[in-house]
Amino acid sequence: MSSSEDNKAGFLAIELDGAGYENLARAVLAAESAGFHAATFTDGRVSGRANALQRAAFAGPVTRTIAVVPEVDTVYTEPFHVSTQLASLDYVSGGRAGWIVTAAESPEAAAAVGRSFVEGDALAQEAAASIEVGRRLWDSWEDDAVIRDVATGRYLDVDKLHYADFETPADFAGPGYSVKGPSIIPRPLQGQLPVLAAASLVGDGLVPAGAVDAVLVSAPTPELLAAEIRDVRARLGSSLAIVAELDVVLDSRGEAAASRSLSDTETGRARFVGSAAGLIDLLDALLQEADGVRLHPAVFDAELDELSRLVLPELRRRGSLRAPVQDGTFRELLGLGPAENRYATTASGAGK
Amino acid sequence: MTRDIFQPSGQIQFGIFFQGVNSGTIWKAEQSGSQTDFESFRHIAQTAERGKFAAFFLGEGLRLREHLGRPHALDVVGRPDAQTMLAALAAVTSNIGLVATQNTTYNDPADLAHRLASLDLISGGRAAWNIVTTDNAWTGANFRRGGYLDHADRYKHAEAFVETAKRIWDSWETPSGPARRVRHEGQHYAVDVTPLLPRSAQYRPVLFQAGDSPDGRDFAARQADVIFSAHPKFDNAVEFRRDIVARSIAAGRGANAVQIMPASEFILAATDQEAQDKKAWVRSLQIGPQQAIAYLEQFWGRELSSYDPDGPLPEIDPVVEETSETRGSGFHGAKARQLADQWRAEAKDKGLSIRQFVTSKTARVDATFTGSYTAVADHLAEYARVGAVDGFNISPWLIPTGLDDIVNHLVPELQERGVYPTEYRGTTLRENLGLETPVRSEESVQVR
Repeated sequence: MSSSEDNKAGFLAIELDGAGYENLARAVLAAESAGFHAATFTDGRVSGRANALQRAAFAGPVTRTIAVVPEVDTVYTEPFHVSTQLASLDYVSGGRAGWIVTAAESPEAAAAVGRSFVEGDALAQEAAASIEVGRRLWDSWEDDAVIRDVATGRYLDVDKLHYADFETPADFAGPGYSVKGPSIIPRPLQGQLPVLAAASLVGDGLVPAGAVDAVLVSAPTPELLAAEIRDVRARLGSSLAIVAELDVVLDSRGEAAASRSLSDTETGRARFVGSAAGLIDLLDALLQEADGVRLHPAVFDAELDELSRLVLPELRRRGSLRAPVQDGTFRELLGLGPAENRYATTASGAGK
Repeated sequence: MTRDIFQPSGQIQFGIFFQGVNSGTIWKAEQSGSQTDFESFRHIAQTAERGKFAAFFLGEGLRLREHLGRPHALDVVGRPDAQTMLAALAAVTSNIGLVATQNTTYNDPADLAHRLASLDLISGGRAAWNIVTTDNAWTGANFRRGGYLDHADRYKHAEAFVETAKRIWDSWETPSGPARRVRHEGQHYAVDVTPLLPRSAQYRPVLFQAGDSPDGRDFAARQADVIFSAHPKFDNAVEFRRDIVARSIAAGRGANAVQIMPASEFILAATDQEAQDKKAWVRSLQIGPQQAIAYLEQFWGRELSSYDPDGPLPEIDPVVEETSETRGSGFHGAKARQLADQWRAEAKDKGLSIRQFVTSKTARVDATFTGSYTAVADHLAEYARVGAVDGFNISPWLIPTGLDDIVNHLVPELQERGVYPTEYRGTTLRENLGLETPVRSEESVQVR
């Protein structure tokens, strides 16, 4: 099928925030049918926006192929709850869950929970701590901890459960804390959920590159994205998956994209405004640089129509888009191997 | 005033409590399924919906139970986050209420209220919150703040929390806003938030509460829509209803304002004899020899594995002066030695072995309805007739098939007797429970 054998086939994610919560099942199924590999769910304080992790959980059982990846804040949340919620999301989605780590820089978010406003370097510290708690708790049950051994009356093999014993580091800027563990839910289906973060949050003095599996890369214009991707790769190493961020406004339903350029809200992302053909060429090129591209449609239904009718089929024809895999895990999509368990003593690569 | 006279509805409803921990759920049988796979939850929830159940309950885990300093190994354990699971179940069900147990100590009011409002909107008005209080520092070891709350303060704290949540859910003037700002400065937390979400199809999440102390009952009478009670036995249920009606009237709410659904377990068969045989089988799998010894070890604070589960209680004394809170919430303050003496006497008196004694202590003796479908249906119809309860919250002893016989055989018997719904009244939990729409609180109108 592929017209160009040396094309590197990548994946596409789509942001579902614009779909709201009332028609969520229809929207995520439409994205899955269109051939998107992942659906992401933005969180943060916007009027009328329901909790992202819950929207992702709702999307889990109605789909079979598309990964469901919510943003979850690390500054004003409880790391223990976040870890449990994400592990639960992995179960309800059959191993298709991921986590976009955010660090809310928001005085409103701080006031809502009665905490001091966190800014600057302390944001990355909060994110790094929360990721570490999550990862330790996910590993705190080995895969074969539930043994159901009738002869000895043991449901669990307690030797396969581990305390996380997390402590914030001495230089932690905010109020330090500790998390004991173990998790209250068994190890997620994927062992470790893939952890994603904005590239600007990752690196020296920030969240360590080794703590995340993929980074989201933004640039001011589409033309600058390829160079930015190369810079990020050089800065963070080639082991991280790279997902390019792109706002999309397409010619739609007889209206030119330029005339329906809807909001001028500064998103910090490159924006493509134009025809399906132009977007195909841009994505084709970007997918040679990045492992995947995340699209932020201007109007969910309108853009999804054009994307599913014109853009994704052509990218698949050109061989630059991978075929979605039914019941595949999000780790597999990102090219991550089985997740080793940091506590496992008996075997390595215990994850699935 | 008729508002002050309790009117039985003549109906009962069912809820299902998917426990996920402790010995009530059998894992040793061939039919015992996964406690974590989504398919187990889907099967139970969809079976319950086929049986017109009002609600699906999930508990909340905050720290794994321990036994002699290590995680407890003998019972089912390992459960999902309640609201995450319920959001997923919302996608595969259409009428059943979705009840999340959530504590007021290790959650923030604005965050929890927002997540519950989300669940309520995502599910089309089917969310509920089962309010629990927790105060021990042992649980706090998993959270940023650690243990910070005195046991005596827990209801005061919880009530301020719930009031704040209600104001948050009350804050949108119209479906499209604007939202009023909600502020609270309390002893334990501060909230200053402009809420993000509108009211749901059922106005706000339904509130369940399970406290049983006098303070807990008053709290429920002031704040809750439904009490998840510990009094399923007929006479106790009638007495509990009387007590709650009185407290509810005293709190300025109507006699029917607070509904009651006790925790319960059903062991059913075609005949009474078969049901009794089944009960013996269920009990033997719930409390095995190891569980019987471990149960005593919790109170004795020492290893007792050399004792015969089929022999008498240990003559050796406990090593602890007071039972520790790490062993569960029910054991606060009981003096271990005193308890041991009392239990030895009781077991000797009744001629019970360790295993028999522990079974008698742990099995929900009062909460179990055992018998033929018709006999149990007759018995439940009596509860409906006098209004002893508004329903039962059933803990199945088998996952995922534990509701099948209830839905296939008991529900039709109840429907035939006219005491159980044949259809859902509506799509929201509030409609299906027959609860009134809340009146917007004056306080929230004043706060700007």
